[in-house]
Amino acid sequence: MSGTEEEAAARRAAAEARSRVRFEEEALELSDQVYRVARRLVSSREEAEDLVQETYARAFRSWRSFTPGTNLRAWLLRILTNLNIDRGRRKQRTPDEQPLEESDYFLYNRLEQASRDGNAHEEHVVERLSQDDIVGALSIVPHDFRDVVVLVDIGDFTYQDAAQILDIPIGTVMSRLHRGRRILKRELADRTTGGT
Amino acid sequence: MAGYEIDPCEKCEEVMQPFLDRVLSDAELREAEEHLAGCAYCAKRYRFEQSLRQFVRKCCEEEMPPELKEKLAALRTPL
Repeated sequence: MSGTEEEAAARRAAAEARSRVRFEEEALELSDQVYRVARRLVSSREEAEDLVQETYARAFRSWRSFTPGTNLRAWLLRILTNLNIDRGRRKQRTPDEQPLEESDYFLYNRLEQASRDGNAHEEHVVERLSQDDIVGALSIVPHDFRDVVVLVDIGDFTYQDAAQILDIPIGTVMSRLHRGRRILKRELADRTTGGT
Repeated sequence: MAGYEIDPCEKCEEVMQPFLDRVLSDAELREAEEHLAGCAYCAKRYRFEQSLRQFVRKCCEEEMPPELKEKLAALRTPL
């Protein structure tokens, strides 16, 4: 290689190293948000930690396949949900196919009935639920539905992002989200006001 | 035909999720807002749902363990 070719190659290598460093820094800045979603997708803290580590290891290896300017958080979550599914989750069929009779006002109606105080302020009605109730109820929601609820309601992703992350049509995101939220509310109602 | 019309509160309940997700069409949004303005029953349940969503999010805010943060930083490509 001539002197100038060597210089050009060195410049390219330096530019690539800079891009990689920037990519890794940006990815690490998102790690709190990635962890928060991971923590609710799996049942234990250990599993979530493993999953996040594997995700970052893979992301750093395949950083070239990320298109700069696109949504890095969604890209990381796509790796994470794929890894999570690869861990054998696909074998589990979502059992929850029976129709859900409960409507969307169901939880509020149940809480209001239980309190015998029709004038209670809505915000105070929410306070009857505890953090344990919420976390426990969410963990009961079957995976396919929970993934969507966690991405949209906790991860703050749009329907479109969730569809891309999970590689499912947007209509499926909407129906699973709707159903997942209802399952969550039914579970919360059972926990706080006793079974039906 | 009046007997076949859907109960307005039932209709309002059906659109609560898309309303709060801000994905209703302008016409659907207007219709829901008009109903909510005059219906304390539905308005209360919408406010509850909104607080519930905020509460769910708050309950799921779990700090990442600092050791994990260190482990992730260690995965970076050495310079």
